Amino acid sequence: MAEMIPVKERTRREQVPMPEQDPRQRIHNFREVPLGYTREQAIYEAQRCLQCKRPKCKEGCPAEINIPQFIQKIVEEDFAAAYFEILKTDNLPAITGRVCPQEEQCQKYCILEKQKKPIAIGRLERFVADWARENDIHGELPAVTPQRQKVAVVGSGPAGLTCAADLAKLGYQVDLFEALHRAGGVLVYGIPEFRLPKTIVEYEIKEIERLGVKVITDFVVGATLSVDRLAQDYDAIFLANGAGAPHFMNIPGENLNEVYSANEFLTRSNLMKAYAFPEYDTPIKIGKKAATIGAGNVAMDSARTALRLGAEKSYIVYRRSRQEVPAREEEVHHAEEEGIIFHFLTLPIKILGDDQGKVVGMECLKMELGEPDESGRRRPIPIPGSNFSLEVDMVIDAIGTSANPIVARSATGVETNQWGYFVVEEETKATSRTGIFAGGDIIRGSATVISAVGDGKVAARAIEEFLSSGKSLRRR
Amino acid sequence: MYQIVQKEKLHEIIYSMWIEAPQVAQSVQPGQFIILMVKEKGERIPLTVADFDREKGLIRIVFQIVGKTTEELSTLEEGDRLFSFIGPLGRKSEIEHYGTVVTVGGGTGIACIHPISRALKEAGNKVISIIGARTKELIIMEEELREASSYLWITTDDGSYGRQGFVTQVLKELLEQDKTIKKVWSIGPAIMMRVTCETTRPYAVDTLVSLNSVMVDGTGMCGSCRVTMGGETKFVCTDGPEFDGQLVDWIEFMHRLSRYQEAEKRSWDLYHELNHPCTCGRRTN
Repeated sequence: MAEMIPVKERTRREQVPMPEQDPRQRIHNFREVPLGYTREQAIYEAQRCLQCKRPKCKEGCPAEINIPQFIQKIVEEDFAAAYFEILKTDNLPAITGRVCPQEEQCQKYCILEKQKKPIAIGRLERFVADWARENDIHGELPAVTPQRQKVAVVGSGPAGLTCAADLAKLGYQVDLFEALHRAGGVLVYGIPEFRLPKTIVEYEIKEIERLGVKVITDFVVGATLSVDRLAQDYDAIFLANGAGAPHFMNIPGENLNEVYSANEFLTRSNLMKAYAFPEYDTPIKIGKKAATIGAGNVAMDSARTALRLGAEKSYIVYRRSRQEVPAREEEVHHAEEEGIIFHFLTLPIKILGDDQGKVVGMECLKMELGEPDESGRRRPIPIPGSNFSLEVDMVIDAIGTSANPIVARSATGVETNQWGYFVVEEETKATSRTGIFAGGDIIRGSATVISAVGDGKVAARAIEEFLSSGKSLRRR
Repeated sequence: MYQIVQKEKLHEIIYSMWIEAPQVAQSVQPGQFIILMVKEKGERIPLTVADFDREKGLIRIVFQIVGKTTEELSTLEEGDRLFSFIGPLGRKSEIEHYGTVVTVGGGTGIACIHPISRALKEAGNKVISIIGARTKELIIMEEELREASSYLWITTDDGSYGRQGFVTQVLKELLEQDKTIKKVWSIGPAIMMRVTCETTRPYAVDTLVSLNSVMVDGTGMCGSCRVTMGGETKFVCTDGPEFDGQLVDWIEFMHRLSRYQEAEKRSWDLYHELNHPCTCGRRTN
């Protein structure tokens, strides 16, 4: 067991930086950028934790992890115990340890945040999950009383996986439906390998299958069978089909050959592994100068993927300024390190093409910031006559997604709002149809993995309450 | 799942397969399509459903070898299984009692108009089908189409079978003679569908085409299949695959079909180098 160090020493220590792959190297490969803490680094970092009597960090964790407890186990060098502690509530620790915006959640509440050096909770979580996987340590299967009720979970992204796992732990029979040929949702089609290796996603899904969850791929709920039809065979349904429909800017030239939605671009590269073409059959087209429109995490992922696939220049084109960038700071930092060029205060108004349908450039306007808008950010205003042409031969629209109506239109009596998202009760995630619950991006639009995980947990509890009180969706 | 229960070679480069997919067979309607993967490292390709048997839980696909994936698919035998098979995707054809309708099929499009023609006939329509190909051997599913429609016309470019000429020549004659034709369905190569629309335009007869865009997921997630329809962007996978042919921006559609031509050729050439040194079946359509 590592030594417990005095509080004074704990506060004096600096946060252990994350070892990372050199930017000059990593732009030529798809391997993970952060390399993970070593055992010694993890212990050193864990020793900094003040083990607060009333820990605030826990309140900032939608996955409800007992953070100080697992960190203490790291200090004690009992990594298996640390892993089991996390697994009590988080079914996807290697994933959340990597992609959660901890700076907005647990770490924001850490008492040491005041000194700008919060405990690196995410990195520690990742360390523990990776250690368990590498050492073949598995969570114990909970002793459960098998229930006779069956639950259908629609969508195998983070919300669906979490809800399915939590219900399986309670003894329910869970069928998890996925439209694509591989489970994981955005974790496999959206987030690139260099941020979230797919072997890790596969592994954590396998662990959830060990709990008894049955994963059914190639099943498009809403097309293969309707939600109404599923409702005849299941006692409860959780809809977590995501907000998968891509937005376009609706400017001229957007259907030219080298214009991608970020969804298409990333799906080809991540899910279909077009980066390994022709070993894998799915092709992807890469220009010399790629412009990604938007500045969220998905935009950073797209621009960085374009670079790795061989674009000589990869631009981010964003209508607001550096200050308003919605992506995680870490992602922006990584993008900058890799040489992504940012065009701030720039609004594309037209994509230029030749007579073969090829992209040859993009006409843009310069913007300036005005008064704050309803989002609280300063509104970008076009500067008249500031038109200029950006030389690009490929464009990726990464300006957001919205609800795909396939699932909703097959679900009678499940209310949606004006954007097509399911309307739910905040505390239970219950929809307007008794026995049908919904969570993840399909109730709020694209957000984070961890908010989807949080919804999955809340819904699982509400479904448990619904079923244990003897109710069912099925007519008996 | 997804076992090939029956395989038939309709022509040197055209194959028919019945695939075991009970859930798809249970829900499928004429006009819809499926997406399949031959193997784990394969690509996802859409194919319009050529027939289905709900009781036996089978879907029939008909495809022509046009690249690596279709060639690999053609090498699978009865008893083999596909890696992935999803559906039914897209909107179904609007089958109603219209009166007299014409269905036009070219190449493997002949297979696609088969279930639509049959459903239209069952709905009480007088269904005139016109099927065409370059030459006699490429005319497929003649008996099925004869059964599925009220009248069947056959054309070949070289005159080796049926009428010599294009499907659109017969269509034009029919439109001249029979003013009661209410609707035309046209499925085949992009150029054929485009010419069909030009043929019907002066007669103001509703003309539906089924677009075979490049897709990835096929469920509305990626937008790879987008087309411009009367100035508005639509997704073939969820808004289609059938559209009012008069509204399609055909030039853009054809440009987008060629998006991956170079990569596809590279992939196919490599496949031949590695697996199949001769060049049989390696014709273009």
